Amino acid sequence: MAGGIFAESGADLELVGIHKRFPGFTAIENLNLTISAGSFFALLGPSGCGKTTTLRLVAGLEEPTSGQILIGGKDVTSTKPFQRPVNTVFQSYALFPHMTVLENVAFGLRRRRITDPIAKAHEALRLVELDHLAARKPQQLSGGQQQRVALARAVVNRPALLLLDEPLGALDLKLRRQMQLELKNIQNEVGLTFVHVTHDQEEAMTMADTVAVMNKGQIEQMGAPEELYELPKTAFVANFLGQSNLFTGPVTASNSESITVTVAGAQIVVPKSRAQVHDGTITIGVRPEKLSLLTEAPAPTTGVNVIGPGRVVDVSFSGVSTQYVVEVPHIGPMIVFAQNMVFGPVVNVGAQVWMSWTVDHGFGLSDSPVPEDADLATADLATAQIATAHAAAQAGD
Amino acid sequence: MAMTAFAGAPTQAEPAPRRQSKIALVLLLPGILYLVLFFIVPLVSLVITSLEAPAPDGSGTFQYAFNWQNYVDSVGTYSTQIFRSFLYALLATVFALLFSYPLAYFIGVKVRKWPLLQSFMLILVIAPFFISFLLRTLAWKTILADEGPIVTSLKALSLLGPQTHITGTPVAVVFGLTYNFIPFMCLPLYTTLERLDIRYLEASSDLYGTPASTFWRVTIPLSLPGIVSGTLLTFIPAAGDYVNASQEFLGGASSSMIGNVIQSNFLVQLNYPAAAALSIVLMLVILIIVGSYVRRAGTDDLL
Repeated sequence: MAGGIFAESGADLELVGIHKRFPGFTAIENLNLTISAGSFFALLGPSGCGKTTTLRLVAGLEEPTSGQILIGGKDVTSTKPFQRPVNTVFQSYALFPHMTVLENVAFGLRRRRITDPIAKAHEALRLVELDHLAARKPQQLSGGQQQRVALARAVVNRPALLLLDEPLGALDLKLRRQMQLELKNIQNEVGLTFVHVTHDQEEAMTMADTVAVMNKGQIEQMGAPEELYELPKTAFVANFLGQSNLFTGPVTASNSESITVTVAGAQIVVPKSRAQVHDGTITIGVRPEKLSLLTEAPAPTTGVNVIGPGRVVDVSFSGVSTQYVVEVPHIGPMIVFAQNMVFGPVVNVGAQVWMSWTVDHGFGLSDSPVPEDADLATADLATAQIATAHAAAQAGD
Repeated sequence: MAMTAFAGAPTQAEPAPRRQSKIALVLLLPGILYLVLFFIVPLVSLVITSLEAPAPDGSGTFQYAFNWQNYVDSVGTYSTQIFRSFLYALLATVFALLFSYPLAYFIGVKVRKWPLLQSFMLILVIAPFFISFLLRTLAWKTILADEGPIVTSLKALSLLGPQTHITGTPVAVVFGLTYNFIPFMCLPLYTTLERLDIRYLEASSDLYGTPASTFWRVTIPLSLPGIVSGTLLTFIPAAGDYVNASQEFLGGASSSMIGNVIQSNFLVQLNYPAAAALSIVLMLVILIIVGSYVRRAGTDDLL
């Protein structure tokens, strides 16, 4: 226990070589992670990827099969949850049903014998704007209010590390946005280290300084949200974090600055600095909003990639932008987001279009999409592979 | 029909009409009849008996006399036994709770992951019910008897003096009561603990609650309904029990309880008014104790 005093500030969290095996499956495999003090860290991944297990390991609710957990440089691997300077906002909130809201918030303070727990609990409730409901029982509150109480109950302890386990999952969109802002404000105000587990990529990107994308018990990629979005390194990240148009093809030319990949006859240039692999058959991609739709074949220009012609097969209007799905022979469907600068869609279903993007917007991945991860952008993988093989055969001639 | 669907303002759902169905009454009838025949009638008859006085002709029969003195006399005569009954019942309840809580916690929480083992352990708790409790109590009398294995080995170890006994002492009576009511304590505890959400315990631990403070501040309050119903199911019948304290079983002359007194007044001394008065006193005291207990525990919904 911290001996009745608050942590001065957030602390570093370090996970070293963590393995966690449950009977029958491995939840986490060789996880190494360092989260610096005072940062807002998001652990993003699909359900079952091991992110909640990671959080429970940090909280002390699970024991790692092997590996070390360090908080503020101190090894806490073998300590019990109540001995760690860590608090959790649980997915289920887990508010004690037999206590009032106020007593729930004061619980941690009382256990640590911190002076004046009631006044501090009121203060924390004021922070989440629920002080007027202090005398209620948790079951008399709405889901959003319960969530805020759970947050106050954790934050009031000023833990070195605050763990958030999909706490916004049960909220409706508007309340969620509001809570995201509030969480961010609280983090700025109290300067704690936040570790936020979520499967909502938008939430992770808006709130966190650093995002780690987790898949199958391992971290696929970690970095600032912009970096992760603009330069995904694996097919999983490219598709989990936003949408991507991915193409697989052989590298047919290369110079000091860029490589050229041939995809179904089209030559696509990617800067070397933005590609993970520089030879062989690789997968490259581009984000849908980076594409421009053209109704006529553009003149070849250096620094611009062009794919086409293709047919528009779907147009869906979503207010700010319009999503076009373009079917390109031998490549498959491609997604294009276009901002609605004029009223209504620019082209209609059935129109013949070309798509172009600046070379600097492309990225090269270190792996290829696996069929089970396929969504719309990679659905026509088989076609793409056949096309690739065909192109490779041609290149070999 | 179709037109009303487009009629604009949504029609307010009318409150369902209160149905004065005769079927409900018919279905209730057996229960009401049962209560009247086997509870109300005997209760009234008991109250009347408790106010009777001996017939002036000296025949040994009694007649109605509104004789309040019966209550004063019987409570005065048997105050020791009345006090002793509640003391023994209280002790048995406390011991049964101390024994049953860890057991119920183990079955309801710790072995939750293995449902088969859980069912097996529950069966073990219920298994004694397959044998008459009279037989089981008699068996204990044999086990605890002076020539029995426990007394002889305790004496051999000099833990028990040569002239001491177990049967016929208050220790044996409280032991018998505790033993006989453990399943009644254990089952309600099990049902609440089985539903105990482990996430609350995790939350408490996360909020710096040591195992001890988590137990007192979270586990106990959350299992309070089970504790209250278990203690009631033990205390109420234990206070009126007349088998364990009977001299034919585990009791002795100095350990008889109110149940034994009522029994002997009814069946041996044939002093019906005194027995009836004592029964009513017993009932009223239990009602008062239980009422204030449940109110204090804050679980009024149990009543």
